[in-house]
Amino acid sequence: MLKVHATARRGSFALDVRIDVATPGIIALFGRSGCGKTTLVGIVAGLLRAEHAVVDIDGVVLEDTARQVRIAPERRRIGYVFQDSRLFPHLHVLANLQYGERRAPAGERRIGLDKVIALLDLQPLLRRRPRDLSGGERQRVALGRALLSQPRLLLLDEPLASLDVARREEVLPYLESLRDEFAMPMIYVSHQFDEVMRLASHIVLLDNGRVLAQGGIEQISVNPALRAIVGVDSIGAVVSGTIAVTDPVTGLAAVRVGNGVINVNLSNARPGAQVRVQVLARDVILATHPPEGLSVRNMLAGTIAQIVADDAQTDLVHVDVGDAVVLARVTRAASIALSLRVGMRVWTLVKAVSIRGHAFLAPG
Amino acid sequence: MLSAAEIDAVKLSLSVALRSVLASVPFAIMVAWWLVRGGRRGRVLLDAFVHLPLVLPPVVIGYLLLLTFGTRGPIGGWLLSTFDIRLIFTSAGAALATAVMTFPLVVRTIRVSLEEADAGLEEAARTLGAGPWDRFFTISLPLMLPGVLAGAVTAFAAGLGEFGAVITFVSNIPGETRTLPLALYTALQTPGGDAMAARLAAISFSLGLAGLLVAELIARRMRRMVGR
Repeated sequence: MLKVHATARRGSFALDVRIDVATPGIIALFGRSGCGKTTLVGIVAGLLRAEHAVVDIDGVVLEDTARQVRIAPERRRIGYVFQDSRLFPHLHVLANLQYGERRAPAGERRIGLDKVIALLDLQPLLRRRPRDLSGGERQRVALGRALLSQPRLLLLDEPLASLDVARREEVLPYLESLRDEFAMPMIYVSHQFDEVMRLASHIVLLDNGRVLAQGGIEQISVNPALRAIVGVDSIGAVVSGTIAVTDPVTGLAAVRVGNGVINVNLSNARPGAQVRVQVLARDVILATHPPEGLSVRNMLAGTIAQIVADDAQTDLVHVDVGDAVVLARVTRAASIALSLRVGMRVWTLVKAVSIRGHAFLAPG
Repeated sequence: MLSAAEIDAVKLSLSVALRSVLASVPFAIMVAWWLVRGGRRGRVLLDAFVHLPLVLPPVVIGYLLLLTFGTRGPIGGWLLSTFDIRLIFTSAGAALATAVMTFPLVVRTIRVSLEEADAGLEEAARTLGAGPWDRFFTISLPLMLPGVLAGAVTAFAAGLGEFGAVITFVSNIPGETRTLPLALYTALQTPGGDAMAARLAAISFSLGLAGLLVAELIARRMRRMVGR
């Protein structure tokens, strides 16, 4: 169990957060910049002070202001990967990696140097200086350095934010293998929803220092509060499913979702694998009768669970497709014409290509 | 060639300057640290105090040293009775006067290099388990090193020529406190000493120039070594 409770004031900004989740797993702190993500992470690491704070990792209390417990940051054993990597410029990569390892208690060394070097492909970099590394390489070294300090918890503060899209795609798989390899709790700070979708098991939506919502990705993806943060074009339900069949020729995988099947572009998956797919609300078409003679391959039958006004002209329709919810963004005019209402039976249609770019193998 | 007295003066100057640097650098690091990373309290006052030797007449510094480090001064008297150390009229006293005069120079260069060193790196070291002294010796000090060395060499070069504070505090004793500039001054006061004065001036000039060049060279090389 990981407990992070914090209230803090910074000028006019107030932070008030309570997170209690099972470990291990990746907790994503998601929100716009300035919402208090970095402040919260700083408090967890002990680098920033809070008026009231509880930091408890599987029963190890690192901070509890009510009981006057406050372990110094250097004795918390919390790994911190900074956005700007913060590698030591006067040390080569190997010495950077060993900096935390050497300071970890001898009895606690579960993560070996060789393993980290292999996992993050650091071998060719070991003798280089940080200034000779690319942005992506730097973040990989920073990850390795934090891991080797044998942390109880790993804090990742927007580790990909300073990288361009290509570099980001280069580092993300390493984060995934790290997640799958070590049963270590992590807090991942991000303002990119696709990163969160790909990595996180628990999502905390932060806005202006407060928790708007928290929970699993499926649940958070249909939360109305998310709409304001990610914007209208990125809103869409994330559904989890099992791959039924893959077609190596077309690169399509059939994913069993709720009571139906949707086809997604997913080249690296095998039948039986768990995947997450985001179905963008703007790409979903609703039908009140089962349609025929369409080229659309993805059709899920369900019932309308909720209709939420999105703006003056549009509604977000939540459709329960059995074990999963799909969001559809429809105009108010269409909504009235079809006389959509809660409890009504509908068919949702999505083109395979318009399901967000790719699907991801689910965590765990 | 140089006379025995001239060689003595050069040797003495080198020794005095070297000892003054060795004495001032550790304190300069502490003061620079306090000015950059320390609390806000007292920072402005400390900063002004450190820079006093730049603006006060050297004679005043020499006089203040006499008052505090003279045999009847509070520190000087204690040093004499407890350790049998006498600073007045000795080369050690000359080194002290030189150290005080060049102190602002050393603090300034160290301070700049510390300001350039990212405090975030110390934070990172902290999360990796490094305590305060550990962080200082493994992160902050190596990053400050270019400034420390450059400051030391500049102070050494400047210390070779310290005049006013030295002559006021430790007088002008051949072989003990008669450094290069004091010997030069003495030569000018002596009939027929012109040639000697010219030679000493030339030596001062070359030593000073060499010092500045070496300081710059070290600063560059070190900066590359610490990866900047």
